[in-house]
Amino acid sequence: MPGSIKDRVAIAGMGCTRFGERWDASTNDLLVDAAYQAFEDAGIEPGDVQAAWVGTQDSGNTGMTLSVPLRLPYIPITRVENACATASDAFRNACYAVAAGIYDIVLAIGVDKFKDSGISGLSDGKTPGPGHSMMSGGMPPRSFARLATTYFDRYGLSYEEGKHMICRVSWKSHVNGARNRNAHFQREVPLETMINAPMIAWPLGLFDCCGVSDGSAAAIITTPEIARNLRKGKEPPVFVKALQIAMAPGDGNFNPKFDYTHVETTVRAASAAYKEAAITNPREQISMAEVHDCFSITEAVTMEDLGFSPRGKVRDDIESGFFDLDGKLPVQTDGGLKCFGHPVGASGIRMLYEMYLQLQGRADKLLNPSMPSRQVKNPKLGLTHNLGGAPAGCAIFVGIVGLEGA
Amino acid sequence: MAGIVSYGAYVPYYRLPRSVINEAWGRGGGRGEKAVGGFDEDSITMSVAAGMDCLQGTDPKTVDALFLATTSAPYKERQNSTIVATVLDLRRDARNADFGNCLRVGSSALFSALDAVKAGSLKSVLVTAADMRLGGAAGEDELAFGDGSAALLVGNNGVAVEIEGSYTLSDDLVDYWRSHEDEFVRHWEDRFGRDAGYMRIPVEAAKGVMAKLNIAQKDIAKLCLYGANTRAHQGLARRMGFDPAQVQDPMLDIVGDTGAAQPLMTLVAALEEAKAGDRILLVSYGNGSDAIVFKVTPEIEKIRDRRGIKRHLQIKRTLDNFGRYLRWRNLISLTPSNRPPGAPASPAAQWREHSSALALYGARCKKCGTPQLFMSASSTRAHVCLECLAKDEFEPYRFADKKGKVATFSHDYLTGGIDPPVTATVVDFEGGGRGEFDMVDREPGECKVGMEVEMTFRKMRYTYGTHTYFWKCKPVRD
Repeated sequence: MPGSIKDRVAIAGMGCTRFGERWDASTNDLLVDAAYQAFEDAGIEPGDVQAAWVGTQDSGNTGMTLSVPLRLPYIPITRVENACATASDAFRNACYAVAAGIYDIVLAIGVDKFKDSGISGLSDGKTPGPGHSMMSGGMPPRSFARLATTYFDRYGLSYEEGKHMICRVSWKSHVNGARNRNAHFQREVPLETMINAPMIAWPLGLFDCCGVSDGSAAAIITTPEIARNLRKGKEPPVFVKALQIAMAPGDGNFNPKFDYTHVETTVRAASAAYKEAAITNPREQISMAEVHDCFSITEAVTMEDLGFSPRGKVRDDIESGFFDLDGKLPVQTDGGLKCFGHPVGASGIRMLYEMYLQLQGRADKLLNPSMPSRQVKNPKLGLTHNLGGAPAGCAIFVGIVGLEGA
Repeated sequence: MAGIVSYGAYVPYYRLPRSVINEAWGRGGGRGEKAVGGFDEDSITMSVAAGMDCLQGTDPKTVDALFLATTSAPYKERQNSTIVATVLDLRRDARNADFGNCLRVGSSALFSALDAVKAGSLKSVLVTAADMRLGGAAGEDELAFGDGSAALLVGNNGVAVEIEGSYTLSDDLVDYWRSHEDEFVRHWEDRFGRDAGYMRIPVEAAKGVMAKLNIAQKDIAKLCLYGANTRAHQGLARRMGFDPAQVQDPMLDIVGDTGAAQPLMTLVAALEEAKAGDRILLVSYGNGSDAIVFKVTPEIEKIRDRRGIKRHLQIKRTLDNFGRYLRWRNLISLTPSNRPPGAPASPAAQWREHSSALALYGARCKKCGTPQLFMSASSTRAHVCLECLAKDEFEPYRFADKKGKVATFSHDYLTGGIDPPVTATVVDFEGGGRGEFDMVDREPGECKVGMEVEMTFRKMRYTYGTHTYFWKCKPVRD
């Protein structure tokens, strides 16, 4: 019988850089910025960190990715890579080390610095086998676009209806991103502009795709007791309720049973996370979520896979504003991958950072001047979700964090 | 008795009207159109297409050799015929050979096949002839040259076309040539080539074979005569003493001059109409001339279900954009893609797994019977069944000859490439199994979930001096 992480570890401090095309910053600059924000927030010194996990997809090898810029002397550091779930998995491993009683105070940090490569989209740095080379340089948009093609077909949506639905997802994220001065994209965009934007991978257009960004985010994880002490007189610590990760067998493009309208791996990871956190009705019990909206359609089907919307019915919830900032279950309150940006190795901790700020009532700390509040009212539980890879084969993380006692 | 036991052909989907070429260069007019292979086709892929058509109903493992004829082989060193033989799933001990460098090379390969079968050293030989020659921009050859291929299976069982006799002349008359440095075909003063070469040498060869067999023009049902242009072709047929009704159309106005492929393509077109007992005279030309007299047997009726020339001619789409053609042939400098170039297949990985990476073998689980493909980043070889999880209980299962239905697709504009968008498609095969393939010879607007597709062998890319080939899918159009 597997154990549960629920309330066994807490987050005592967090930090996150501005995301975007950071022509001004190196990988090291970003790591130092995020880590020192987290140290300051937790009220600790770098020397208090006993061990660290650094997640990066493409911007460094070995734990020295972190020990060199921070000059952390001779402590254990593990480099983690798990595609878009990289940062969340660094966080997960750090939590387990504390829960196991091996360390008291650890650092989990994620970073990626893509934009120095000068190419569009993500890199393509795989060993060329026969399989890899047989494909026509497949990039993520096409594999997620096929979810939309099949979702529209299965549920009888015309192109216009389906396109409106997915653009409404991105429209909401732009509204939220405009309220966040650390976001990559901070501008509201009219829905019509999104619907008529150039195609990237039909039926996904420019605004159906998230940004590829540079950035870093960090968390200080510790025992509940130390966390309460460190945050005395400040906002309360945030407790970890569930950490689940699941790998697909990757047979979606080879097995006709994969229906291309949902991602089974998300369903499996979510169900394990709900069990771990003792959640029976996620639509009612989860206060807010940051999910993997690499593409608008990904967020749409994820709402069904997480049990937020009934199967085949997410369009009703999207169009009615259920997931908007003022809706019943706000999603992507910081703008999401779509607008906050997506440095692959940092995104998972960035999502936790937003849940952390919202749970502590500090979301408006990063409010863009002149914009209305983006603070969710009295949140208790926040969910984060990453999808690394493609719908047909992916690494999924689902985590739940919340206030003590929630 | 050695002879032709099966035939097949291929004409690419796109046809470029000559008026479109002329318009691009500020000229008027233009007679007919030419067939143009897509951006991902070449003499290897077209040889595969004609070979598959020809081998319908034949177990490729019974074929003893593949003779590939072309003047436009993608590789100068690396056996092109062995690539095609691997894709077509011939045995590893097949005695393959490349025939090249001359427009007469299709009939030369056919002779060699017939000799080998007659001598008994080989029982069954597949001959393919394909060409995709490049004429320089704004020249006559650009208008004239078309792309296509034909395939003939030579054997001694169920012979549909017997060989009665042949006559060959070799003559180093230089009219067309291309040196190792040339991208485009060169030719010398037209009238010399016509008057001293084309209008004379084939006449001698035809006379030679007819004298040998003691037959006359009236004994020939169809003359399949190579021709580079219509007027000269008609003039030569007349000079040889044939009525226009006896002359098989070399398809110059609808396919173009397909070079080394033309004689065999014209022969296939004639065979599609031929009756048992018909005599066909094939005359090729290029640094000499081969003349061959064939006689059709009643077996011809058993191989009528090929796509051949006739059905391929009906599967077509007009290419009305000359810029797109220039891109396909790499005749224009494009804005570089903002993506790194795709690496070629690892030779080691492709060699290790060429049955799956080239012949499109997947596997069928012996425990649960599920057919399946496997393509991970580093390997195309599966070990554990995706259905019942049995380990290494597979038998080979070929997908190349299976039709399928589109499970889902996307038109990818980001990947770039020569002819965007890439229609990235997931195909569910009849009989089970699924795979991910690009779709070609399609209009983006016609793609739908559930549409029927078939497999087609194409070039994925040319990078770092290497052609990377794999299978794509295309709509079934007949």
